[in-house]
Amino acid sequence: MMRHDFQTIADWISAKAKVLDLGCGNGELLKYLQDTRNIHGYGVEISDEHVLGCVKNGVNVIQRDLEAGLAEFASDSFDYVVLSQTLQAVHHTEAILHEILRVGRQGIITFPNFGYWKNRWQILRGHMPVSEDLPYQWYDTPNVHLCTMHDFEALCAKVGIHIQECVVMTGGHRVNWLRNLSGSLAVYRFTRDGM
Amino acid sequence: MIDSIPLVTPQIAHFSVPLPLKSGALLAAYDLVYETHGQLNAAHSNAILVCHALSGNHHIAGYHQASDKKPGWWDNMIGPGKPIDTRKFFVIGVNNLGGCHGSTGPASINPDTGMAWGSNFPMMTVADWVDTQARLADVLEIRQFAAVVGGSLGGMQALHWSIAYPERVRHCLVIAAAPHLTAQNIAFNDVARQAILTDPDFHGGDYYAHHTTPKRGLKLARMLGHITYLSDDVMGSKFGRVLRHAAINYGYDVEFEIESYLRYQGDKFAESFDANTYLLMTKALDYFDPAHEAGSLKAALAPSMAEFLVISFTTDWRFAPERSREIVRALLDNERRVSYAEIDSAHGHDAFLMPDPHYHALINAYMDRISL
Repeated sequence: MMRHDFQTIADWISAKAKVLDLGCGNGELLKYLQDTRNIHGYGVEISDEHVLGCVKNGVNVIQRDLEAGLAEFASDSFDYVVLSQTLQAVHHTEAILHEILRVGRQGIITFPNFGYWKNRWQILRGHMPVSEDLPYQWYDTPNVHLCTMHDFEALCAKVGIHIQECVVMTGGHRVNWLRNLSGSLAVYRFTRDGM
Repeated sequence: MIDSIPLVTPQIAHFSVPLPLKSGALLAAYDLVYETHGQLNAAHSNAILVCHALSGNHHIAGYHQASDKKPGWWDNMIGPGKPIDTRKFFVIGVNNLGGCHGSTGPASINPDTGMAWGSNFPMMTVADWVDTQARLADVLEIRQFAAVVGGSLGGMQALHWSIAYPERVRHCLVIAAAPHLTAQNIAFNDVARQAILTDPDFHGGDYYAHHTTPKRGLKLARMLGHITYLSDDVMGSKFGRVLRHAAINYGYDVEFEIESYLRYQGDKFAESFDANTYLLMTKALDYFDPAHEAGSLKAALAPSMAEFLVISFTTDWRFAPERSREIVRALLDNERRVSYAEIDSAHGHDAFLMPDPHYHALINAYMDRISL
């Protein structure tokens, strides 16, 4: 099954664009974009298993640790840089945002919205939230930097990100009001400030 | 013993069209020895060229004779059902010009003098080898290789193929290679060469006439090289400080296992390899530098049209992952299709010859996708 955020991302990406997908997993998104948008894409992955998965899927993949930056990639060399459901697992959050702005003309980031009411409700009941978009137990999670939409937007203002568009989803369906409360998954498209 | 592929018989191609070499010399005629595995398909679209490294040769897989103790040097990679599957591909191994396993080299007879070439054999470069391999491809009626594959010095040849004959390479697998040697690498090579050049039996390279070979020098060269192909960790785990005998003897004979191993490897190599070939192979390594000629590696790789798979190994300090990343960066700058994997291995530079499951799975997956 295709991940809920993929279709939204695909809708934003123009045909034949050059796309970099950070933390690309087995390359599902890039393969989808290659098949439907005829894009020229590269993925970045650290895991051996996922690198192999990308090769099997016919997706270009560069094995590297995102935390160490994107040294192989020249400035302004991509139309879009995508970070889908990976931001929350990144340690050097500001550094990776700066790298996205350096390498790409546009950035697309998706993350599980910690402000979603079901997450808040679980915390009110005394537990760390576990949900479709946050499927891990607290003791066994790759996530280190969970945030709400408000938190993310505050960081964007700090690092010079200009948000162009935001789609919020719950269970695969768009939500349009009280989004930081009603949305489980946030999908942002942005550019550098001043662009 | 023989469970990989049926016996393979090397063949010789003779070339009588003079070969202009990068050094400015001209080689009037020469032989190349090669072997092939699998069947060339009707469209001639399934050929793979495997380029060898410093001490390699055309014998890439299988056995020449039923009595052979060891198969070809990349038998774990090439064969039916192996990552480079000879049921799908027609795989060619060539002994590089200047080699000592059947292709024309310093030990061959120079027709002009009736004597061994020795010190008169011209210097070789990676570009020269690629040119000769292209001529062999012409003879075999292969217009375009499905892939050119190589590790170490072989990876440099694969990379150069993509630059010199871009329309003849669909896929390029550059493994444990570098865009050029570092000063440290050249330094190691020069110490190895000095060991050979200063051996009293070297006779300025014309030792054949003296019915001797500079075995001590070649042995030392190989021992030094061997150290640099392994990682500190793997040497430690394999040999540690284990003694050959029960106690230390306070002498210069073999005491530690590592000494015994290295001397054995050196002796074995010196028996079977030609010192002049070793010299010219190390020089070809030193000279390789496509970026220098083109102004930058990006500019050098601009003509390439192939899809690339670049692979490095974490503990390889002779051709470190950082060097492979330079190649990747230049390919990305040219917007080439490229994938890069850094294989976690303890085996240092030699890892590219080892049957690591992930490494093999990766090559297998990549080769699987190549359409014919």
